[in-house]
Amino acid sequence: MYEAAVKAYEDAGVEPRKDVESFVGVSEDFWEGTSIFDEYLPDQIGGALRPVCTIGGDGLAGVANAAMQIMTGRIGVAAVESHSKLSEVDRPLKVLQMALDPVLNRPLDLNPHALAGLEMARFLDGSGAKRNDCARVVAKNRRNAIANPLAAYPARVTSELVLRSDETFSPMRRLEMSAPADGATVLVLASEERARRLSDDPVWIDGMGWANDTPTLEARDWARARYAEWSAKRASKMAGWPSKKADLFEIDDTYAYKEIQHAGALGLCKPAEYAGFIREGPPINPSGGSLGCGHLMDATGLFRLGEAVDQLRGLAGRRQVKGARRAVVQSWRGVPTTAGAVLMLSGRDGGPAGAGKGAVA
Amino acid sequence: MRRVAVIGAGMTKFVRRAKETGKELSFEAARMALDSAGMEIKDIQCVAEGTAPDAFDGMHMKAEYLSDGSGAYGKPYTRSFVGGGTGVFTGVHGWWHVASGMFDTCLVVGEEKMSSCQPHPQGAFLTIFDNLTERQLGPNLVWIFALEMNRYMTRHRIKKEDVALVSVKNHGNAMDHPAAQLGMRITVEDVLNSEVLAYPVQRLDISPTSDGAAALVFCTEEVARKYTDNPVFVDGVGWHLDTAYWTDRDLYYPLYVEKAARMAYKMARIDNPRRQISFAEPYDPFDYKELHHMEGLQLCKKGEAPVLTREGVTQRDGDLPTCPSGGALGVGNPIAATGVMKLCEMFWQLRGEAGKRQVKNDPHTAVAQAWGDLMQVGTVVVMRRGGEHP
Repeated sequence: MYEAAVKAYEDAGVEPRKDVESFVGVSEDFWEGTSIFDEYLPDQIGGALRPVCTIGGDGLAGVANAAMQIMTGRIGVAAVESHSKLSEVDRPLKVLQMALDPVLNRPLDLNPHALAGLEMARFLDGSGAKRNDCARVVAKNRRNAIANPLAAYPARVTSELVLRSDETFSPMRRLEMSAPADGATVLVLASEERARRLSDDPVWIDGMGWANDTPTLEARDWARARYAEWSAKRASKMAGWPSKKADLFEIDDTYAYKEIQHAGALGLCKPAEYAGFIREGPPINPSGGSLGCGHLMDATGLFRLGEAVDQLRGLAGRRQVKGARRAVVQSWRGVPTTAGAVLMLSGRDGGPAGAGKGAVA
Repeated sequence: MRRVAVIGAGMTKFVRRAKETGKELSFEAARMALDSAGMEIKDIQCVAEGTAPDAFDGMHMKAEYLSDGSGAYGKPYTRSFVGGGTGVFTGVHGWWHVASGMFDTCLVVGEEKMSSCQPHPQGAFLTIFDNLTERQLGPNLVWIFALEMNRYMTRHRIKKEDVALVSVKNHGNAMDHPAAQLGMRITVEDVLNSEVLAYPVQRLDISPTSDGAAALVFCTEEVARKYTDNPVFVDGVGWHLDTAYWTDRDLYYPLYVEKAARMAYKMARIDNPRRQISFAEPYDPFDYKELHHMEGLQLCKKGEAPVLTREGVTQRDGDLPTCPSGGALGVGNPIAATGVMKLCEMFWQLRGEAGKRQVKNDPHTAVAQAWGDLMQVGTVVVMRRGGEHP
């Protein structure tokens, strides 16, 4: 947390004890192994005896709340922090099981990833998505990760190899599931006025949307990612431009099929046409995604937002998407939730709330 | 910045062990708040949830589980938490949803179901301490608050009898609250004779553990006019979180509460809180905390709160009624729901709808506050009745 915060403040040119007026952390107690973990947020990020709060949600939900604080006019500069230290979690599956409905689902003692297997089967059955396209997502994202110095799982793998890996949760294969990673991200957000003073090349948040579908497994629409559809619709309405117009996308790929499903929910292309879209369309997950970078739990969305910010500022090195001016970042909280968010960003043409500079560690 | 109105409030009865699930408690409170506003769930654009440690309910990502109960199906929904400060903070969280211009209506819900934690929710508090330096000592909350209480009493030479008056008052006030868990007439002697848990903390110095939920409807001024002639406004919000190294601080005074209060007062244009505030709902999980927080909230000088209490100033018919609801001590303390309950009390009192609990000084402005984490966080909300302007 400290390291990421120092890098972000240095990059943004802000002094946290003086310039940052609000600090927002994103964490969940069970992953931390500490109850009311928000206690341990302020010291590492320069927030002691300052306005600090924690959002129990995805990183993008933290950004949305910080942006709303700024939009009230009472906060000029805010920092958003999220991290993953999954390597210290003894039994992550047991933690995930604790997210299941205690009356209806937990007694089944199921592995929560099986829900993703079931959803993938439903997705392949009704959407027209091709089995092999899911495997290709893995090959693409892990290859993209080779150019990302922060990625934990860069590799050259073929779709054949992916399909030959163990069938973990039928029809899903082991390599189609993102693997855990440790990491932290801090982003600095600022009002338009403050952003223009702090930076020559701020990235603007044009639109944001977030939504929950039902948490009840038995009641949800298993064929669609409605949380992503609703989030995208709201974000797009606020931004005033359709997500299709972005030059790059960072889309949740916790499981390979989810990238295709989420791209459909954003209105980019029909699942049946994904292979062609990947060949000819704008880059999806140039960072390497969760499959290539590793899954950071609730820090995932924030990390990917950091990638989009780097891209729009032309700082993405070997991963740079040439001439990138607009980006869309989409997140999902993972099984068994139906919580997701979408952020729409632009590099040069302004927007209602400003994202200052960001940095990742 | 848009002015944020409150047009509805509701809460479940606070009880030691609810038969309802947390989801059902949230639903009941949300439904009551909507009914009181004259709204349906379709009129709500987003939901701000507050709920404190997942360890109580034994739910990982508890807010996801609660979401449909809290009316968030198909809606933008996020959860905030700052330990024991969560409840009042949920009001801050809901405030920025509307004040930012992002939404015109917001349902604010606080829930806690502590009884799921067996054998006693105090066990969950063992896991809040630093796992390298403190947890090995097996500390619990009563111990560390005993340290704080002792420090506060020592610094100002406060007698235990004076602190006990808060417990007597709040348990008594709760007799008039239909949703209270622990309304009762007790005496100072009862408090002083109750079981010693960790000196100077005795059983009747502490709020009970509880299950419950509370909810409010926030909206823009424009929307409020369509539903009521009698809205209440959120005119000030503040929050501050101090270092986790509580052992490095002088515990006699909650500086973080002062900072949070000053943030809220500045926004509400209050420069003399003692004169401009009609009544207060400071967080009172322990009786001394009400006194501690009155001082942090700048409602009196340091060390003066016990004097005001002894003189009857903080009684419901006094000059500065404090915890007219009955507070956490009397109504009960389902953490995040308690803070929202305090916000609900301000709404009812400022509208003149508090029934037998109604304060007598024609209230126009009120402040609620919560506190928590490692004696570390202050969250503050100032409300005004309609017609009053900042």
